[in-house]
Amino acid sequence: MNSGFVELLMRVIQPHLAVLPVLLPAFTAMVLLLVGDRNESLRLRRRIALASAAIGGLIVLKLALDANADVLRVYRVGDWPAPFGIVLVVDRLSALMLLLTQAIALPVLLYASGGWDSHGRHFHALFQFQLMGLNGAFVTGDLFNLFVFFEILLIASYVLLAHGQGRERFRVGVQYVAINLAASALFLIGVALIYATVGTLNMADLAQRVPRVTGDDAVVLKAAALILLVVFGVKAALLPLCLWLPATYAAASAPVAALFAIMTKVGVYSIVRVHGVIFGDAAGAAALVVEPWLLPLALATGVFAVFGVLAANTLPRLVAYLTVASVGTILAAIGLFTTLAWSAAFYYMAHSTLVIAALFLLVELVAAQRGDAADRLEPGAPVAQPVLLGLMLLLAAASSAGLPPLPGFIGKLMVLQASSGHAAQAWIWTVVLSVGFLTLIGLARAGSLLFWSVRPELAGTGNAAGASPRLLAATLSLLAAGVAMSVLAGPLKRYTDAAAEQLADRDAYARAVLGGEGVRTTQPYVFPRPATDSDEGGH
Amino acid sequence: MTVSMEFLVASGIGWVTACGVYLMLRGRSFPVVLGLTLIGYAVNVFIFTMGRLWSDAQPILGTGDVVADPLPQALVLTAIVIGFATTGFVIELALRSRAESGTDHVDGREPGA
Repeated sequence: MNSGFVELLMRVIQPHLAVLPVLLPAFTAMVLLLVGDRNESLRLRRRIALASAAIGGLIVLKLALDANADVLRVYRVGDWPAPFGIVLVVDRLSALMLLLTQAIALPVLLYASGGWDSHGRHFHALFQFQLMGLNGAFVTGDLFNLFVFFEILLIASYVLLAHGQGRERFRVGVQYVAINLAASALFLIGVALIYATVGTLNMADLAQRVPRVTGDDAVVLKAAALILLVVFGVKAALLPLCLWLPATYAAASAPVAALFAIMTKVGVYSIVRVHGVIFGDAAGAAALVVEPWLLPLALATGVFAVFGVLAANTLPRLVAYLTVASVGTILAAIGLFTTLAWSAAFYYMAHSTLVIAALFLLVELVAAQRGDAADRLEPGAPVAQPVLLGLMLLLAAASSAGLPPLPGFIGKLMVLQASSGHAAQAWIWTVVLSVGFLTLIGLARAGSLLFWSVRPELAGTGNAAGASPRLLAATLSLLAAGVAMSVLAGPLKRYTDAAAEQLADRDAYARAVLGGEGVRTTQPYVFPRPATDSDEGGH
Repeated sequence: MTVSMEFLVASGIGWVTACGVYLMLRGRSFPVVLGLTLIGYAVNVFIFTMGRLWSDAQPILGTGDVVADPLPQALVLTAIVIGFATTGFVIELALRSRAESGTDHVDGREPGA
């Protein structure tokens, strides 16, 4: 184990670094399946899963540092030239999303290792498959490949949702699978329409070719873009399509729900990539085709969700509605279609995802100490650790409401700042600020019910020993990551600013992915003869 | 009167999709699964036709002037495999939900119960 070995290892993996976030969980999952799921091997499986997540964390950290140093990493799978082969691209936004995924996966795995992983079969293998799908969706540079990774993460999520079993989980499971299968069918229709009109599915190639589509084809292309908005809206939980989310997330076991917090952000990420970049302001006839829809729907989502927060009758439902509310704020900022607003959206997205994942874990810790009242919002037994859990809830609540001195405020402030001067500025300020205020009321109501409006005669009916250190550490580390984001707001803001600018620079992206001027095409029927020299491009 | 191949294929896809949507909106899990399967079929044919309908065209390699587009065929193959796997899973899940709740209604309880 000397430096020579490390150097050799780095030389071997360095060119393949972009594909490792996908391959590592895939191989880990296969190993975990081979280990089997007998009770004796539980400790071994926990170690493998945690070690893999830790290594994955190092890999994505390296990718993020490289991205921060202006490296646009392009990986051609099988060395097939783009746009014929599949490319994986790690730019700043991809690296940020990878880092966020890993930052949530590691504490959630630690939490699940505290007992949840033994409540059903193959938890760790499925968790790794879910990570593979998430990471794949964030690195792929190809629209059809995005569909494939969506399916991978969804299939894993179908099974994870049912983890722990029980009638309610299977009931919402059927609905969750049905709505996602319908969305997948629409995804394929949208992708097929785009291929029919543009002739490519490579994202860099699409960004170059979409502006050149005119006439009847442009009408079909616009329809395809709006169909894809429906698909991503289902994943991201945009208003008319978000009704599945609260029941589903509330029914899932705590670590699964915490991991699912990142799943809505896959929808947001896809909206940025497809509707923000490919159908962005430079897309000719199809430019900004979703602009009239996205901002109003996002604001309506926030309003709807905050009423859900106020009306929630159980803790997990309350947090699930907070997830929807945060998506509303993020998509409102995305819907402004300026680099400043996008930068704010990315920052707020990372912060709110960490806080919501922490909340899903925290409410289970609280519920375990409340005796028969459990996670219902009604007076119950006093919790065994009121000071610790109360302060954690206060921190998380203040973060998600966005109160001035505390973390979470910075993200919202950036969103508000980015909207100044926009035609809908009054709407955005009103909605974002009142959503924050009403969230605070909803969480204050929940907090006072949990910690003050208790029934002392029931004391001792809950888990009196308090939460185990492992579960507390997992939850605290997510909260600490949220606080760290506020402390490091300066460098992070510079990073997200650069990420938004990088997305706007479509030509540099195309040069990096396609090489040369993108003369290649995937449309054989446009060129009646077998490939001639002019088709070869700069390769 | 001649009917073009495009018209036949398009109306066929439309009819199958309509049946699929109708079945998917039913309240019992079996028709819902059938509806999802039908929509899956329709979508697969739809992807296939997005490479345009050709007759007497060469596959990807050849010396003729007309070459059919091979990419949608590759895409549809992937879509079929994924659709098959998810259909298998949703059937198993629906059966399990039926066993847990005692009803095959998608709400997990009989209407009015």
